[in-house]
Amino acid sequence: MSSGTVTAPAGRVGRFFVNAWAAFALIYLFIPIFVIVLFSFNNPAGRFNVIWQEFTFDNWLHPFADEGLVDALILSLQIAAIATFVATVLGTFIAIALVRYRIRGGEPINFLLVLPLTTPEIVLGGSLLLLFIRPTGALLNQDFSLGTTTIVIAQVMFLVSYVAITVRARVRGLDWTLEDAAMDLGASPTRTFFRVTLPLILPGILAAALLAFALSIDDFIITYFVSGPETTTFPVRIFNQSRTATPPQINVLSTMILIVSVAILAIGTVWQSRKRRIS
Amino acid sequence: MNERDDEGRRRGGVTPWLLLAPGMLWLALFFFVPLWTLFRMSLSERTDRFSDPTFNWEWSNYREAFSQFGDQFFRSFLYGATATLIALLIGYPLAYVIAFRGGRWRNLLLGLVVVPFFTNYLIRTLAWRTILGNESWFVRTAQDIGLLGDEGILRSAPAVIGGLTYNFLPFMVLPIYVAIEKIDPALVDAARDLYSNTWQAFRKIVFPMSLPGVFAGSLLVFIPAAGDFVNAYYLGDVDTTMIGNVVQDQFLVQGNYPVAAALSFVFMGIVMVLVTIYARVLGTEELT
Repeated sequence: MSSGTVTAPAGRVGRFFVNAWAAFALIYLFIPIFVIVLFSFNNPAGRFNVIWQEFTFDNWLHPFADEGLVDALILSLQIAAIATFVATVLGTFIAIALVRYRIRGGEPINFLLVLPLTTPEIVLGGSLLLLFIRPTGALLNQDFSLGTTTIVIAQVMFLVSYVAITVRARVRGLDWTLEDAAMDLGASPTRTFFRVTLPLILPGILAAALLAFALSIDDFIITYFVSGPETTTFPVRIFNQSRTATPPQINVLSTMILIVSVAILAIGTVWQSRKRRIS
Repeated sequence: MNERDDEGRRRGGVTPWLLLAPGMLWLALFFFVPLWTLFRMSLSERTDRFSDPTFNWEWSNYREAFSQFGDQFFRSFLYGATATLIALLIGYPLAYVIAFRGGRWRNLLLGLVVVPFFTNYLIRTLAWRTILGNESWFVRTAQDIGLLGDEGILRSAPAVIGGLTYNFLPFMVLPIYVAIEKIDPALVDAARDLYSNTWQAFRKIVFPMSLPGVFAGSLLVFIPAAGDFVNAYYLGDVDTTMIGNVVQDQFLVQGNYPVAAALSFVFMGIVMVLVTIYARVLGTEELT
């Protein structure tokens, strides 16, 4: 950076201090991650994996030993797939409507989109629970059994906002006159959409979908309120189980999820920067 | 049809409304209707454990919420505010360094801020329970050099606040980064040319321009931190119970929906008031 390279002596001390502070902050962020990975190699003495005993590869050789945990993870992935799909479609529609068209009432709609994100999760979870259970579900007026359906409904509710806001931010600066150019050159509206519009907005949609997927798998509080006693997602399983046991497989599976996420992030970043270089 | 405004948007008749309809309908059905249900429930009367509460303008639920759980309300806002402040102190310099001094490593550094949060938040909190536990190397060392007493740190307010700070820190860093990144370095150079030192340039130019990020980041940390129940559950004890724990217990364990609903409404109300005051103080009302 050009600014700041020429610094007064007094500023140099401050500069070093601020850099060191930032470095410590980054290290701080990784302390629990280090512990999670380390304890995936622990051979716990009892049912709780909280005290370091001895090093072992056992947990990594049997990562799926805890069947309930694996089932919960699979269920979480399934729910995330469905919720992400629905939320991405609905959220993208909203983003397109807001960015491409001049409509009256655009500002109130922006405000409505932010509301679910600024409402405390316990309030969202509690209110949805009341909607889904018997006497109070005033509008739906039927007995919703708590489970996969109610989890998907609840997650889509807040994911739509995330998707709409992310896609809108990514497609805002795009040059929409390219569509006019395509049509002037004789392309039909359908052809224009698939050959011009979609490629323009696709990176934004993909980024939003990835975010939604990650948020869905990670969601605990809202999901916990509407999951009912028989439907157990990965976070709900960990919470319920943690009263009686924390098997090291939790750490192994988390480390695996972490590695996969980092790989996806890395591939995405490389792909984006390469694309930028070509264009 | 093809007239466009400055941002390339065009007038579209019904098309945009058709695009908006499904998502907005979902929001109406599963955000606004539940809130209405919650409101009615907060004014309902529960005669006994097994019969359904009936809507009855039963204001006593609110009295009960305040009188019985005042401590938990106070604690939630105290812990949430403290965690937000610490997150700001840790997160602001980090965002500043990445945005202004990150150079070509910027995206990598930003990725490093996010990576820890690809592990589930319960698991991260459980990891803190290990780190702060009385058997941990960290606590033993701190006790040996006299930083910590025999009672350790787990199951205390600092442990809960520490967990809250950690778990929501990226929500502080990212908005501040976005705000600082937008600042033209030429403005800082201009301040230097006019004989300001680094600190003056920061105080007069960078910090005021980063306030929208500070505002957004504080809200994104404060709201989930004040409403959290997981950190208090794993890292605290009976003396650190927050309002989230009470609401969770009233909804899912006691099944006392009217009081649970009243508690939720009071909590949401206080959060909204605090957010409004905060927006006034910071002068960034247009953000909300």
